[in-house]
Amino acid sequence: MTCHPDLTAPVKTSPDIQRIALLGMPNTGKSTFFNRVAGASAQVGNWPGITVDLLQTTVKLNGEVVALVDLPGIYDLRGTAEDEQVVRRFLREQPVDLAIAILNATQLDRHLQLVLQLRALGLPLLVLLNMTDEAQRLGIQIDVPTLAEQLDLPVCALSAKYGGGYFEAYQAIAHSLAQKSSPATPLPDLDAKLATQGEIAAAEVETLLTATVTRPTQFAPTLTQRLDALLLHPIFGLPLFFVGLFATFWLVWQVGLPAQGAVDVLTDWGQAQVLEPLVSGLPAIAQSLLLDGIWTGFATVASFVPLIVLFFMLMAVLEDSGYLARSAYLMDALMARLGLDGRSFVMQMLGFGCNVPALMGTRTMRSPALRRLTMLVIPFALCSARLQVFVFIIAAVFPNGNGALVLFSLYLLSFAAAFLTAALFQATFKNDEPFVLELPPYRWPTGRQILARGWGEVRQFLRRTWRFITVGCVAVWALTHLPIGATGLDTFGGQIGVWLQPLMRPLGIDPYLTLALIFGFLAKEVVIGSLAAIYSVSEGTASDQIAATVTFAQGYSFCIFCLLYTPCLTTLATLWQEAKSWRFTLLSLVFSLALAWLSSLVFYQAALLIEGMG
Amino acid sequence: MISLTELTLNTTAIVQDVQTEGDNIALTQRLAALGIRPQCQVCVLRKAGFGGPLHVRVGATTEVALRRHEAVQILVMPIAESRRE
Repeated sequence: MTCHPDLTAPVKTSPDIQRIALLGMPNTGKSTFFNRVAGASAQVGNWPGITVDLLQTTVKLNGEVVALVDLPGIYDLRGTAEDEQVVRRFLREQPVDLAIAILNATQLDRHLQLVLQLRALGLPLLVLLNMTDEAQRLGIQIDVPTLAEQLDLPVCALSAKYGGGYFEAYQAIAHSLAQKSSPATPLPDLDAKLATQGEIAAAEVETLLTATVTRPTQFAPTLTQRLDALLLHPIFGLPLFFVGLFATFWLVWQVGLPAQGAVDVLTDWGQAQVLEPLVSGLPAIAQSLLLDGIWTGFATVASFVPLIVLFFMLMAVLEDSGYLARSAYLMDALMARLGLDGRSFVMQMLGFGCNVPALMGTRTMRSPALRRLTMLVIPFALCSARLQVFVFIIAAVFPNGNGALVLFSLYLLSFAAAFLTAALFQATFKNDEPFVLELPPYRWPTGRQILARGWGEVRQFLRRTWRFITVGCVAVWALTHLPIGATGLDTFGGQIGVWLQPLMRPLGIDPYLTLALIFGFLAKEVVIGSLAAIYSVSEGTASDQIAATVTFAQGYSFCIFCLLYTPCLTTLATLWQEAKSWRFTLLSLVFSLALAWLSSLVFYQAALLIEGMG
Repeated sequence: MISLTELTLNTTAIVQDVQTEGDNIALTQRLAALGIRPQCQVCVLRKAGFGGPLHVRVGATTEVALRRHEAVQILVMPIAESRRE
């Protein structure tokens, strides 16, 4: 790696600094280039009317601070996909001093089309040929000077992933910017220009290719072909997919969850050693608000950090290696019937570890409808936090060794709820984008890419969700601790539990358990501890208390409700942040509550009926 | 001329026409951007089970997965039998 731009410049979007926009097709390494240039300074920019996250940063080029915006990957500037509309809107409304088109050097036959489209718009343009290392390995030779001459554009060869060619690229970018005489203007007439421009003649691309690219007549079988013969095998492909999925899941389980526990130990220690002595002078109610309300919110957010870092490191491996796209191919036969695709399946399975990163992971899906349908389904995945609750309740209510069977039935129910939801809503969130998915060659993800992904995602998660979660925690605290001095059913929450009895009694859920469900809205881990507080006993005896007062049917009905209603506050906050829509978040909340209520009702009433007959 | 779904595995063919249902311009454009346009070379590498998608090589260096529903709309002419190594 040759050179780095100065990254100390703070991000700002004053109108007088020059702006560079990155454009290119998906799978060109555009984001790799951006991340390498931006390092840790990437931020989500705010653009009027644009709901897709656009990362931006500022860099110093030859002493000049310039802004760099990473636009979403597009196939065709005239296309109808959301990403293509976003790019058009951006170019219509925002002045761009220099557009950089990033191309995959091994696929110039397809990518030059986009360059010609952009060039015809009259945008100041620079071309970066990425993945030149891969092209070399395949024996593809590109005459860069001739290409630049024939395109009448500056062209640089680059390896975004390994860092070759960056210095020359920076020089060329700085040179292009310095040459500009007039200030940049947006292209309000972009759509009209594209309409008159019409189809780029295939012959024009062909002429360029013949003059500049030499390709071997026969490609030697690549590693990708050999790997695909095994991994996409008609018989072994799917079992191997499940083995891989299991391994991923195992890592989340064995590394992520204990790490979450470690953070809990740390925040508990902080509370006992630092916070409690600090607030000991305050009135009891203020202490409780600070410790059980605000600090709990902080601890909740903190406990997700290791899980999200790990999850996205694994995602980076899955995605950058090219396997995630292949999982879509493998699972498509089943998922297409539900209006989903194989990537939804992977996210759903990872949701069994934790719903939060699984929801964030849906960003890989570029069709908004497909993404929303997947986000609606994920919260029904029985996550590890809910598992703890079930294990506790099962141990208390089903002492006769049928616990495993009960737990298994809950997993089945989790799948059934997901399938049902997808089937119900696939017409509402109808994915009308064609399923034509590129299967890029297998690539080794670099350690740098993996770390950057884990860190970047956790930063975004923290920045976006902490307010929502703190407010939620304080609200639940108020419900469960006020009026001052009240405990159990005397609190506002307990009163709501009593007041909700007409709704909850038919489900076999008493006011105490209703109050536990209100706690459970915060986080499912809290349910067990809250049961102890509600019954005003220690956690050990809470189990006896439940065993004494809750029947088999009531316990199972409670589990069903717990499984299907709103997963937790953090999931809800993430859902809201990812969908950027209150209506959608509300839909998810209300639908899951309704489904939980109905399922518990059907089960409990049926159980009573059978009991009555027996 | 046959549709892409009828093409024998590992046989190279030339795309003759892309006849999308109801003149779906979005689909035609997307296919073209991935290299599936008249006169280009395609080769079906494998088909997923249970009526799943096709794994198709387009040109020399692009590989895509596409559903049978889309593949039926792509008409091709086989040129040569290329034997699997």
